[in-house]
Amino acid sequence: MRRTDPGGPSAPTGQPLPFGVPDTAAPRLEELMSRVARGDKDAFSALYDALSGIVFGLVVRVVRNRAQSEEVAQEVMIDLWRQAARYRPDQGSVLSWAATLAHRRAVDRVRSAQAAINREQDQAARQQARPFDEVAEQVETRLESEQVRRCMRGLTEIQRQAVTLAYYQGLTYREVAETLRTPLPTIKTRMRDGLIRLRDCMGVTT
Amino acid sequence: MKHDMKHDAELHTLTGAYALHALAPAEHEVFGEHLGDCPSCRQEVAEFSATAARLAGAVALAPPARMRDAVLHGIDSVRQLPPPVPAAGRQPMTFTAILRRKAITLAIAASIAAAAVLGGVTVRQNRLAEEARQQAQASERRLQDVSAVVAASDARTVRGRTPGGATTSVVSSTSRNRAVFMAAGLSDPGAGRTYQLWFDDHGAMRPAGLLTRDGATLMEGGVQGASGVGLTVEPAGGSARPTTRPLMLLALPD
Ligand SMILES: [Zn+2]
Repeated sequence: MRRTDPGGPSAPTGQPLPFGVPDTAAPRLEELMSRVARGDKDAFSALYDALSGIVFGLVVRVVRNRAQSEEVAQEVMIDLWRQAARYRPDQGSVLSWAATLAHRRAVDRVRSAQAAINREQDQAARQQARPFDEVAEQVETRLESEQVRRCMRGLTEIQRQAVTLAYYQGLTYREVAETLRTPLPTIKTRMRDGLIRLRDCMGVTT
Repeated sequence: MKHDMKHDAELHTLTGAYALHALAPAEHEVFGEHLGDCPSCRQEVAEFSATAARLAGAVALAPPARMRDAVLHGIDSVRQLPPPVPAAGRQPMTFTAILRRKAITLAIAASIAAAAVLGGVTVRQNRLAEEARQQAQASERRLQDVSAVVAASDARTVRGRTPGGATTSVVSSTSRNRAVFMAAGLSDPGAGRTYQLWFDDHGAMRPAGLLTRDGATLMEGGVQGASGVGLTVEPAGGSARPTTRPLMLLALPD
């Protein structure tokens, strides 16, 4: 599908990766992380190889600009090294922790003062250029995971858009509400309902 | 209290927006405080974060090789943080945590005073108990006011940075005629000194409350008529007009 994004040549040029990290890798990642926390650089390079694809892919999706994405993803990976001793296995998997850090950094980048102004203009332009269900559809067709795609289809239209606009485009729930012309409280509950359905569909446990 | 129940019930529904990083900064902070007190929200957020990680996995993309080199060389000059100190109280408290703790302390003081009253003691103690109760309620109400401004449909955010590197933002709502000031990374103002907020009424500075540390603060007074917000360091207790050069002046949106 043709991208009409005015933000420049942001279409991925890297190779899409097979879905994330296999489940069997989870204990290995925690093992690696505890070694990284003790300053083990070999363990960190293995951790890099396991996580950099997910971190980079997510940041590219949210930030869109390639050069900036590379910068942000790099910061995230270095932050994983810096904060390794703060990782708490009882609060979630390494993968979940890394994705949270990466998403946080990515949204901070797109919401920084100047970016926010540009984005408002961008968004107005995009809003005129194409309807938002088309955006959600584009996101969906570009998902590499069959399971995620299938579970996304189990959401109502508004749940799916609320989740994808917030997660993949980094919109605040206020922006989501404006974009979908839906009241704020409705958006809050739809985000939650959508995540509950995805969680149950994917069989996520912590 | 009825309004507290309502407040809580609304808070619980924010788990999804929180996990997706879709809340405004002040709300994110208020909800973060709530997570400390609410195991069920904490569990839900953990599950949603794991769910979101699957969504991240679905868009994985191989980074350029130069990034690997940059990161693996980059860490040579990055010192790792020590593990967190388990002892409570080492963590700097946020503004909302302080408010909440104060509210609890006051509530305890109130119940002790109330017990004294039941024991047949004086009007003065009775009045103290009443004051304590009112203060506790006021603290809770301030928390709610912060949330209300931030969640207002016309809320707008402006951001800035102090020369010392603290990041600040002001969320203002014309319909509520209120503003919330948020700061992260403020240094200690020094003994006998305080930070003071100001509304800039097109050149005339109007006092808008004091703060001594990071967090979200509901500014005192209406946002109406103000073209900006300023922050100065003042003698403890604050001043009627700024006595030092502003650390920061933020223009409010029109
Ligand atoms: Zn809760």
